[in-house]
Amino acid sequence: MLTTIAISAAIATSIFVVLFVLSLAGILTWVERKQSAIMQDRIGANRAKIFGLRLWGLFHIIADAVKMFTKEDFIPNTQHRFLFSIAPVLSIFFALLTFAVIPFGNQITIGGHSIPLQVANLNVGILYIFAMMSVAVYGVVLAGWSSNNNYALLGGIRATAQMISYEITIGLTLVGVIMIYQSLSLMEIVRAQGGLLFGFLPAWGIFYQPVGFILFLVAGIAETKRIPFDIPEGESEIIGFFLEYSSMKFGMFMFTDFIETILISSLLTTFFFGGWQVPYLADAGFVFPWGSSWDMSIWVVEGLRVISFIVKVCFFCWLLMLIRWTLPRFRFDQLMNLGWKVLLPLSLVNTLVTAGLVLWLS
Amino acid sequence: MIARTVNVVNVSERRRTLTFLERIYLPEVMRGLRVTVRHFCVNLWRHTLRAIGMKSVQPGAVTFQYPEVRRPAGERLRSLHRLTQRPDGTPRCVACMMCETVCPAFCIEIVADEVPDPNIEKRPKSFDIDIGRCVFCGYCVEACPEDAIRMDTGITEIGSYSRRAMVLDIDTLLALKSAEENAGKPVDFLQKLLVS
Repeated sequence: MLTTIAISAAIATSIFVVLFVLSLAGILTWVERKQSAIMQDRIGANRAKIFGLRLWGLFHIIADAVKMFTKEDFIPNTQHRFLFSIAPVLSIFFALLTFAVIPFGNQITIGGHSIPLQVANLNVGILYIFAMMSVAVYGVVLAGWSSNNNYALLGGIRATAQMISYEITIGLTLVGVIMIYQSLSLMEIVRAQGGLLFGFLPAWGIFYQPVGFILFLVAGIAETKRIPFDIPEGESEIIGFFLEYSSMKFGMFMFTDFIETILISSLLTTFFFGGWQVPYLADAGFVFPWGSSWDMSIWVVEGLRVISFIVKVCFFCWLLMLIRWTLPRFRFDQLMNLGWKVLLPLSLVNTLVTAGLVLWLS
Repeated sequence: MIARTVNVVNVSERRRTLTFLERIYLPEVMRGLRVTVRHFCVNLWRHTLRAIGMKSVQPGAVTFQYPEVRRPAGERLRSLHRLTQRPDGTPRCVACMMCETVCPAFCIEIVADEVPDPNIEKRPKSFDIDIGRCVFCGYCVEACPEDAIRMDTGITEIGSYSRRAMVLDIDTLLALKSAEENAGKPVDFLQKLLVS
């Protein structure tokens, strides 16, 4: 029923998600430079100034955006001009669409209606995520094909092969999660992580599926073509699929990289780190395992939950950046080897063991 | 037949089998991450402490913030030339033409003038060094018998908009100071001398 409250809730949550994701992706460009600099005993970019204020190089985000917009937008001599132009759009469109089902808070009650803090409260959220991640491959393959360049085509084929190989591991790992939480809806999964395990541990997914967490982390990094799995991007070692792109089309691909980093971080927090759950925080306030409690109004509780979601996503983004600047790149055959011969069997074993345990304990 | 020595490397000695922990790679990832996280935390801590005012802490980065701070150069670095002065302000140079003769790039031009004092005999009326031609070999410094020319200003930022302006005359060369005195100056102060 499309009441005014429902419509305005949808608009408000969409605006929040889009602003959050795009701002965080912009900030991640700065974090990448600064974090890598601090890890490498350097200072990083700190020269962009507005009114004489340097602000630790934050204005480089704006400088990069302006540079991207003002560069020459070159379309190579190809017959597929439409596909060439639409490939980056597809990439970023489906990466952004996946955020529609990720819950960033519990629910807010306004005027008798309870609004879940999620753009689309689908009860098949996980299937939707699989669908969006699968369609994201199109952006890559179209970019490689329509560039009219042999090496870009090879880069596109490599990227496609990598993405579809690691999607399987992601899917199987999430099967384990689905079996434990008995639901495909992400909001239900996050709500189910609210209890306590053994009396004092928050019942987060990582304690139920530690192997699944590692598998999902590795497969997620590979799916989004981050280092150590960034052979498709290559960056000065091997030709990537976005060779012929310039200006904002290339900027879209780079932005997709960061948005997918945020996506994998959000999925990791949702499935394995409790999503928006704060440890020991119930709807009425904190309830500590040693007995004491701390009452809070529902608005403070919801605010804390949204903040905890943001903090967890930022932590995982930081971790992915750390891994990016630490590990060397996998060779393509090592990458495919890992995807098919190591991660796939491990995720199958994980699924079997989880199924056995769920049956045995129920 | 010419005998050749060939370096033979036994490949099997170089490529050893990996242990089980090395093959599953995750412990190696953890070792690598430990190094980088340690660098991250230590540097961030040092940056924070210096930002809140404790300048005695070691800096968190090895970066020199050029152009505000110059990288410390070696004592024997051959930078821009200068002409030294006697205690009364006159140039030490006696226009003996040793530096002009030894210069491999032919960039020094001296015109001599008479001096009444018989101990000094000559002085340079004009002393031009074409910095655009100079190869910074330091032969002129070695050849000079009076310690009149030195290459110790510490100025390495030599750029100009025209070749004409790269020819430094005697007044410019006398006015330049040694590296210790140039140390605190901003990097572009030479540009005012070199812009045509």
